[in-house]
Amino acid sequence: MAVPLLSIRNLTVQFRVDTGWVTAIDDVSLDVGTGDCVGVVGESGSGKSVTALSVLQLHDRVTTRMPSGSILYQGDDLLRAKGSTMRRIRGSEIAMIFQDPMSSLNPVLTVADQISETLRQHQGLTGAAARKRVIELLGLVRIPDAARRADDYPHRLSGGMRQRVMIAMAIACKPRLLIADEPTTALDVTIQAQILELLRDLRRELSMSVMLISHDLGVIAEFAQRVVVMYAGRVVEDAPVTQLFRRPVHPYTMGLIAAVPALDSDAPRLTTIAGRIPGPQEIIPGCRFSPRCALVLQGCREEPPSMQMVSDGQSARCPPRIQVLDVRHV
Amino acid sequence: MPVILIISILAFLLLSLLPGDPAMIIAGDQASPAAIEQVRRQLGLDRSFLEQLGIWLFNLARGNFGSSLILNQSVLSAVGERLPVTLSLAALSIGFTIPVGVFLGSLAAYFRRTWIDSAVMTVALLGVSIPAFWIAILGVILFSVQLGWVPSSGFAPISQGVGRWFASMALPALILSLFQIGFLARMTRSAMLDVLSQDYIRTARAKGLSEWRTVGKHALRNALILIITATGILLSAAIGGSVIIEQVFALPGIGRMVVQAIMARDYPLVQGTMLILGFTFVMINLIVDILYTLADPRVRHD
Amino acid sequence: MTDVGIGAPATAAAIAAPRGHGTLRRLLRHRSFLIGFTIIALLAILALLAPLIAPVDPSAMRVRFRFRPPQAAFWFGTDQFGRDIFTRVLYGTRISLFVGFAVCVVSGLCSAILGVIAAQFRRLDSAIMRLMDALMSFPAILLALGIAAALGPRVSSVIIALTVAYIPAGVRIVRAAALTVREMDYVQAAQVSGASSLRIVLRHILPNCFSPLLVHLTFIFAYAMLAEAALSFLGVGIQPPIASWGNIIAEGRDYATQAWWVMLFPGIAISLAALSLNLLGDALGDMLDPRLKGGE
Repeated sequence: MAVPLLSIRNLTVQFRVDTGWVTAIDDVSLDVGTGDCVGVVGESGSGKSVTALSVLQLHDRVTTRMPSGSILYQGDDLLRAKGSTMRRIRGSEIAMIFQDPMSSLNPVLTVADQISETLRQHQGLTGAAARKRVIELLGLVRIPDAARRADDYPHRLSGGMRQRVMIAMAIACKPRLLIADEPTTALDVTIQAQILELLRDLRRELSMSVMLISHDLGVIAEFAQRVVVMYAGRVVEDAPVTQLFRRPVHPYTMGLIAAVPALDSDAPRLTTIAGRIPGPQEIIPGCRFSPRCALVLQGCREEPPSMQMVSDGQSARCPPRIQVLDVRHV
Repeated sequence: MPVILIISILAFLLLSLLPGDPAMIIAGDQASPAAIEQVRRQLGLDRSFLEQLGIWLFNLARGNFGSSLILNQSVLSAVGERLPVTLSLAALSIGFTIPVGVFLGSLAAYFRRTWIDSAVMTVALLGVSIPAFWIAILGVILFSVQLGWVPSSGFAPISQGVGRWFASMALPALILSLFQIGFLARMTRSAMLDVLSQDYIRTARAKGLSEWRTVGKHALRNALILIITATGILLSAAIGGSVIIEQVFALPGIGRMVVQAIMARDYPLVQGTMLILGFTFVMINLIVDILYTLADPRVRHD
Repeated sequence: MTDVGIGAPATAAAIAAPRGHGTLRRLLRHRSFLIGFTIIALLAILALLAPLIAPVDPSAMRVRFRFRPPQAAFWFGTDQFGRDIFTRVLYGTRISLFVGFAVCVVSGLCSAILGVIAAQFRRLDSAIMRLMDALMSFPAILLALGIAAALGPRVSSVIIALTVAYIPAGVRIVRAAALTVREMDYVQAAQVSGASSLRIVLRHILPNCFSPLLVHLTFIFAYAMLAEAALSFLGVGIQPPIASWGNIIAEGRDYATQAWWVMLFPGIAISLAALSLNLLGDALGDMLDPRLKGGE
């Protein structure tokens, strides 16, 4: 098998709090192959955004540390890369868009300023050449009247338009990997669909790999080929999207799928998983999902489960369930 | 504009704060009844309160801020004569303050919770805590008397050469800046802390920009909007502080004149000078507001 | 927005939960608070006990002991009249703390009343705020100088002058806080349910203005002490022979090169007092009102 474009191996990230360090994500591994689209799903607090920010090391340096693990980009460990190497990769090899387009653009610089900055940084484009490319990019993300919009300040644009600007900025240097951290969460439903469609088209046109972070399994199902499910800082299941919906292994994944509203049913209310996700400071022995798990066994509360292969391409962190499934299939 | 009217009335009321008969107080303890009567007539104190107010406002409208009792000069020309000194002092100290204060504050914010932050903030705290007049006297003893680096007092106008002007103003201006630098560094730090935690800073880093560009361009531009609002306070502190600094360094500025006028009971001069300064600050605040609008595109367009 | 529908209240709430009753404990663990509080408390005790601690009368002139440098008998040395500087600084602490505290209390009360009135009654709002703008157009120290000079050199004049100079900033802070609270749902709800305005002001609005005002007043305490020293130094504040830090420095200034100790110690005392209050203000700002970190 070829080396994946991005491979996160056993990554642990810790944040500083008043009393010491707490572990935000623990032993996280996932791969994004060339041309792949991988979705990372989980509720807020699951560590999916922390994982995404780790790739480009955009965490606050003072309050964050990564004591173990590696992030391999084309085989090189980014966690051991020099600052200048990291800066060359950011925005040019790996680009990122964020959840809130309202606050992610600098309010005192024009759209053109902010996009051309990336072009200058990585391609040395300035002046008229940069401006021409900016307008081209704004057209590419389907912003009408691009030449005029280029000179606007962000507050003059709607949320959807701002996210398009963010996308234009991200694809400016034709990155090989785009990390999209909840790109549609802050937007209206109709705009969400447009932005997702734009991302899908751009991905094909530019042959980018995409890592899409979302709390919305519906969005992931539409967009991704592979899904990584995270819960309380750990990966609990990793599977191709069809496989995941056909046969979810981890009870948490089952809960997530049951909670997706089906458009064709007139079910009166959504199924929910009882309880809440534990904070990083809470100590839960054994499986971190066990307090909420409907299928919990005695052993779940004692031994922290490990990630195990279920079948080709699918693995999960729930030994009892894997055992049950095996028995049934034999 | 109503503010200008209120300032005028407040300055007018200052005289009525004097306990007892203003004419008697101004003329002094040993004055003869005739002299007191003359002061009374000269200041229009023999008229009714409303008449006095009317005359005061009418004169102001014509640009007449009254005249000094001791200087034999109108308030306007007395202030005008001493303006270059005070202005030199204030301008020079603001010139020291803004780059140093903004740099120190940004440094502390960027390296927050490290020894750099603690060191910078301790210096800033000392700046806002140590009384300027005290450090000024110590400064004179050290730099003028002991080391002989700068003249201990007196003002050399810029027409006598920039070098001499700077030598006469450098120490007073520097000491005047200490409080302001402390104030501005503390203010900049908290503005910068706020800005550095914003999402658009993360976006700038995600683009691959250097830390220098991220902080120096993206963060500072936004923090400057907050800092501009502080410049009015800084100027106010500079002018207020110059009253004391001019006294210590014997600089013939407006502040020293006000103190002398108070000692000599030249209340019309005090009144008129306060009023001119009040008007000046209304203007300064207006300019600050305009700068603020220019710096923030969100305000500019709406 | 399609919601996953997992019953998940924010984790932040869970982490924040123990905060409520811990304010005092966290305050006691705050380093700036501890240092600031200790120094100012010590100064206050020294000021209160001055007559007991002081070796001699602050105004006692003993010409044969003039200009003695600091030594065992005269800790801070003596001045041109042979007065003991340690005793004078100690008595100066009383005056400075008293002036600072009085300015705090009086300007705090006036700010609270005017600020709440401005926030509650639209018709008075612009009148009050224009007046405050006008007062703020004069540099505080100059305004205080003018008023103190007009009222005559007395302790009470200094207090009145500084109070007037510092009221406008306080009114702005209270008004801003009161306006914010007034828009809160629970206050609106109280209004709808027919609570009287007085009751709303007393129960909801005033308590919420308290934190920002307290933080502000701590800084005002420091500013007022610095300003009192400056006014006394200029000769319009506390008059000799009453000892105040400012006038000891003014008197010592003429002999600064030969008897540096006369003006050195009162200056250190002022700096120490202002420093501790600034530390205290920073700590209170951190703890009580994180929004206030930005200053004005």
